[in-house]
Amino acid sequence: MARIIVVTSGKGGVGKTTTSASIATGLALKGHRTVVIDFDVGLRNLDLLMGCERRVVYDFVNVINGEAELHQALIRDKRTENLSILPASQTRDKEALTHAGVEKVLNQLAKDFEYIICDSPAGIEHGALMALYFADEAIITTNPEVSSVRDSDRILGILQSKSRRAVENLEPVKEHLLVTRYNPERVTRGEMLNIQDVEEILAIPLIGVVPESTSVLKASNQGVPVVCNTDSDAGQAYNDVVARFLGEDIPHRFLEPVKKGFLQRMFGGIG
Amino acid sequence: MSLMQLFRSRKEDNSAAIAKERLQIIVAHERSSRSGRDFLPAMERDILEVIQKYIEVQQECIDIKLDSQDGCSILEVNVQLPN
Repeated sequence: MARIIVVTSGKGGVGKTTTSASIATGLALKGHRTVVIDFDVGLRNLDLLMGCERRVVYDFVNVINGEAELHQALIRDKRTENLSILPASQTRDKEALTHAGVEKVLNQLAKDFEYIICDSPAGIEHGALMALYFADEAIITTNPEVSSVRDSDRILGILQSKSRRAVENLEPVKEHLLVTRYNPERVTRGEMLNIQDVEEILAIPLIGVVPESTSVLKASNQGVPVVCNTDSDAGQAYNDVVARFLGEDIPHRFLEPVKKGFLQRMFGGIG
Repeated sequence: MSLMQLFRSRKEDNSAAIAKERLQIIVAHERSSRSGRDFLPAMERDILEVIQKYIEVQQECIDIKLDSQDGCSILEVNVQLPN
């Protein structure tokens, strides 16, 4: 039975697509057949972060409307085996994602894949509701910042009332908190909410902390999910997230500031 | 922390603590309003009517809040009486 995982947040720009790309790639690297779907109709970007933007021929909406077969729209990842991408339409509006259409595509994907990652658009409009409706699990991507935390709480409320599992009175959607763009230096200075604060307010289990990192922008520049950069802190953090998602018990990292040398402390530095 | 920063006051305002406090309040408020407690505005009108039967007060002189603390809900009614 395939697991459907939505990556959501409410607020935009917190790292949903970066997270979707890295978690999907990470699961595939561990040998799991995985597909990642872009639900952001009209503003697709997952293809760019996955580096397959020039290979998009058909999209999610074409499949829903019967203008293309699912296998024609799915893009096999060139770097990673077991991984496919279903891009969003760039030209239609969000209403093109019908309930029945999305369900049909998900059921078809469930035959071939173990994990279906749904990259939600920002907001709480139709596209976001469609992305979370069929989810078995949710990764709530949150920045340690007031508006992001508040919007995450709002999305949690929607998951608990408007998802299929809520509507049909099934076991609730399994929620995971992922804190991204965490800056331990600023936390130490009292300028940023710390992990305990965010956990306490949202009251859901923490699956990982991704530090604010220059490697994230580099990865998106290159169209290679940051999880592939195993030398970078963010890449390692996403690898940990994937391992935890698969049930491994790994302590959280990147929570403390990197200790600087004497000269760096005296003169500031590039560190 | 560079040389210049060393001379600056180490005691900065802890804005993260303010963020946490504000978030706790707004999130609790929004959770209570989505957990089916949308009767508050109607109840506020009723309470105001009862009070107005005896004392002349304006709508803005009454403030009703429903808070939760340690698993206990508190209904707070503040009425500012005219002089």
